[in-house]
Amino acid sequence: MTTINNYVLETIDLCKKYGDLVAVDNLNLKVEEGIVYGLLGPNGAGKTTTILMLLGLTEPTSGQALVNGYDPCRSPLQVKSMVGYLPDNVGFYDEMSGEDNLLYTAALNGVARDEAQRRVKHALKRVGLSHAGHKKVGQYSRGMRQRLGIADVLVKDPKLIIMDEPTLGIDPEGIQELLSFIKDLAKEDGRTILLSSHLLHQIQQVCDKVGILVKGKLIASGTISDLEQQLLSQEEQMELELKAVPWEEKLAGICETIDGVDKISWQNDMLLLECHKDIREDLVRELIASNYCPTHLALRGVSLDSIYLRYFHKEEEYHGKGS
Amino acid sequence: MERAAKWQNTKADLTRILEANKGLATVVRKEVGDHLSGKRFAILALLVLVTCLGSLYVAASTIRTNVGQDELEFVFLRLFTTSGSSMPFSFLSFISFLGPLVGLTLGFDAINGERDRRTLSRVLSQPIFRDALINGKFLAGVIVISIVVFGLGFLVAGLGLIMTGVPPTLGELARLITYLVLSVIYISFWLALAILCSLLFRQTSTSALAGIAIWLFMAFFLTLLAGMAADGIYPVNDNSDSQQIIANAKTEQMISRISPAYLYSEAVTSIMNPAVRSMGPVLLEQAYGAIKGTLTFSQSLLLIWPQVVCLIAEMLICFAIAYISFMRQEIRA
Repeated sequence: MTTINNYVLETIDLCKKYGDLVAVDNLNLKVEEGIVYGLLGPNGAGKTTTILMLLGLTEPTSGQALVNGYDPCRSPLQVKSMVGYLPDNVGFYDEMSGEDNLLYTAALNGVARDEAQRRVKHALKRVGLSHAGHKKVGQYSRGMRQRLGIADVLVKDPKLIIMDEPTLGIDPEGIQELLSFIKDLAKEDGRTILLSSHLLHQIQQVCDKVGILVKGKLIASGTISDLEQQLLSQEEQMELELKAVPWEEKLAGICETIDGVDKISWQNDMLLLECHKDIREDLVRELIASNYCPTHLALRGVSLDSIYLRYFHKEEEYHGKGS
Repeated sequence: MERAAKWQNTKADLTRILEANKGLATVVRKEVGDHLSGKRFAILALLVLVTCLGSLYVAASTIRTNVGQDELEFVFLRLFTTSGSSMPFSFLSFISFLGPLVGLTLGFDAINGERDRRTLSRVLSQPIFRDALINGKFLAGVIVISIVVFGLGFLVAGLGLIMTGVPPTLGELARLITYLVLSVIYISFWLALAILCSLLFRQTSTSALAGIAIWLFMAFFLTLLAGMAADGIYPVNDNSDSQQIIANAKTEQMISRISPAYLYSEAVTSIMNPAVRSMGPVLLEQAYGAIKGTLTFSQSLLLIWPQVVCLIAEMLICFAIAYISFMRQEIRA
């Protein structure tokens, strides 16, 4: 079977219901080959359920998932041999060594003994666990377990890697390390990666595309700048933060003259401009012309966090109106 | 030509079977290794070993003192069935007592243990079918049980030979092997039950307790209940006629036979004692004039056949329920 389009991962009206609870609601997700896709959403948004359906570990109530053109329900083995899955809070057999755990995975994948040993060695080296390979997993720290989890995925040599909350419970330094590792996996190895997380700023730097999942619905999807754009176009009001030297009262007067500014207020150490269109260009020109030098100019509310919060609020509003 | 085509067909069938059970061998190998190297199993195996050697010693010394007193037939089988005054249990009763415990120990955390360690989703995301895991765990358990049962059986047989010096006949050997196979099936029933408990209860301690509770009920309380129920249906007093008494006894027996423990004990006492000819109540007039004698191996096997079939069926039903509920269960914790 060949894929008609170049989507490694695609869902078509995917639904999952647990009794009355709708965990995943008509999800249409598309992930192109070779990108890092971030599936964002608060706890209980249906991220893990979606992932389990993609792996064929849970059957969808209706709709279909396609992984590289295969339906995980109909050809589970093809899908599972292509996809490496790192569950949240990954677990290993504590009484076995790290190496043996990986060898078991390799054996389940039907990798021959010699090749398996080579792959395990290589994977352990790559995640920096060569020294601890023979130690029992029971003695591993949380961060080491996570790294062993990635090695476990690498042993399989998958086309697509799905990571469920990979940054959970790891210290900031470990997170940076993990993120750069994820980047490597995508850019150097050319693997497609699907990440799920509820901490947006953490994965912002590695994701080529993000989808925001709230209450089982994909409410936005695209590159981060796409999302910004979508947000801005819908926005009637935007807020600008401004700092400039010299820092004096007259600054407000200049800002007032610019077309589009509705309100000006001083907030702590910066000036807050409320306006109904994008005036950044005009503002900077005007400031320079009047011998002011802007040192800080930012659109408020377009970091990924605020996008996410805003979408989340909208969703609530929508539900509020509905009821 | 035809033969070649047939061979091709079998080969295709074989590959299909192998394909469908991908990963099964790997799971079995790992689980057997886990069991054999685990502390839990070591403790239990040691306990069973010590008690069995104890029972062998008592049996051998009892047989030796009894030599010449009455006609001793089937000395080899008596090694397994004789108990002495210092130790009121024979090898047979030890296995029927400790066997279920071995089965329960091997299986009570089969699935919920994987859940606890959060390895279930990781293992199932590998390219194997879901049933490979539960089949592998059950098969591994059966293999370990076979190793223990056959190992112990032949150990006791060998040591008994040295101690008594009486070699077994072919019939006796066949009886012994039948007995050991029966024990494996019986213990596998408890393994299947333990796996079922490990699916129904999320906590490993709860599933262990549930397994032990069912075992206690089946092994001890069901016979008491059966007696009560039989007395309720066919009350018996001093003036009851023989039909009433027989009906009472038969009802009690039939209800008791729900329990695999009862079936097993009926089957093994009959197969290990060639003098047993019937398992139901026997009237005096039926026994009157009967010539004292023993059954051949095939006749004994015929006698216990219903019990054997029931035991296998109960084991398979138990495993089938576990299998189905595992296939339907949600993977996520």
